Amino acid sequence: MRKSWWKITCIVLLVFTFTAGLLITIPDLPILGETIRNLFFHVAMWMAMMTMFTISVVHSVRYLRTFDLKYDINARAYASTGILLGVLGYSTGAIWMSFTWGDPNNPAFASFSALAREPKLIGAAIALLIYFAYMVLRDSIQDMDKKARVSAVYNIFAFAMLFPTIWIIPRILPSLHPGREGNPALNFKDVSSSMRIVEWPAFIGWTLLGVWITTLKIRFSLLKEKKLFS
Amino acid sequence: MAVSEPEAAVWNGLFWVIQLFICINAVAKSFMQENRGRMLYFYSIASPGDFVLAKILFNSLLMLGMSMLSLLLFSLFLGNPMKNAGSFIGLVLLGGWSLSLVFTFLAAIAAKAQQNAAIMAVLGFPIIVPQLLLLMRVSNAAFAPLLTIPVGAVLMLVALDLLVIMLAVILFPFLWKD
Repeated sequence: MRKSWWKITCIVLLVFTFTAGLLITIPDLPILGETIRNLFFHVAMWMAMMTMFTISVVHSVRYLRTFDLKYDINARAYASTGILLGVLGYSTGAIWMSFTWGDPNNPAFASFSALAREPKLIGAAIALLIYFAYMVLRDSIQDMDKKARVSAVYNIFAFAMLFPTIWIIPRILPSLHPGREGNPALNFKDVSSSMRIVEWPAFIGWTLLGVWITTLKIRFSLLKEKKLFS
Repeated sequence: MAVSEPEAAVWNGLFWVIQLFICINAVAKSFMQENRGRMLYFYSIASPGDFVLAKILFNSLLMLGMSMLSLLLFSLFLGNPMKNAGSFIGLVLLGGWSLSLVFTFLAAIAAKAQQNAAIMAVLGFPIIVPQLLLLMRVSNAAFAPLLTIPVGAVLMLVALDLLVIMLAVILFPFLWKD
């Protein structure tokens, strides 16, 4: 019970996100309308994804410092949860996009070809591809120590390359997506105070949920390893 | 040829894609050619940092030469739509260098995972696409007389290259030990 306080926090925050997020009064903006509530889900997914990838790379660094296979298992688990959250961020974004950017006068196919060129979408897709490549690299090496070492090196390298992919280059290119001039969802002048009350708990709640899922995954793979060695 | 005199944007896109394939094929070999014995010999005479720097230097020179060669062939066979040839040549050299740096390090990783060529493409593609995208955008300016090359983007590419070199020197020792 002592160690489960953060799981309780996670549940409380997510329940709050779902109820308050759908009920609070929101600023009435043209085009956005009620879809602005997606901020609590779509942006939170990317926040949680970025946190997972950061934790993953920290574990990779720790593996290279200690050569303890435990850290390698952690790094892999956090990366795979990050991929899951990234896919969810993509799908919530697609729903949001279809209401705000999609042109109702055009057939879906015509709008799609215009929207798929969004630099932010391409950047996010590449970020996910980098981590898919990480998984492919892991599975292509048989020897366990070598696998851990090579994939830790790739993880660190890929993380360094992730920053230009999703944080810098999309801001240089013209885009429909908000976020060229800074961090719109984090800026205190941008978000109305009533939304901010839900926004931050949502970010923390989703991130904690990601960590929770990952700890379960880690326990599962540790048990599998144990079986392998006994 | 399928397209005898393509317009500038097509020419530019085609050129960078060809550069990518040249780089994958030229640089990928650098770690795969070495057999075990020779690696062991290198291991006994050089430190990992020196070794990877030497590899980077060689591949950079190779790729710079290849870039100039492909630029020459492109302008011979597909016409020359460049309005600002000097800055485009500069960008080609910078781009070739960036590509060679990233792929040298990826070749070192891929050499550890045995099925080399395929894994190299899988690892390299997502990592290089942002840089390639930026290079294409920046070099578009060389085809229009009124546009200037954005200095910020070029400096960012240079900074990225330095970052890759640093990471290679720091991380290569972990790949080297067997």
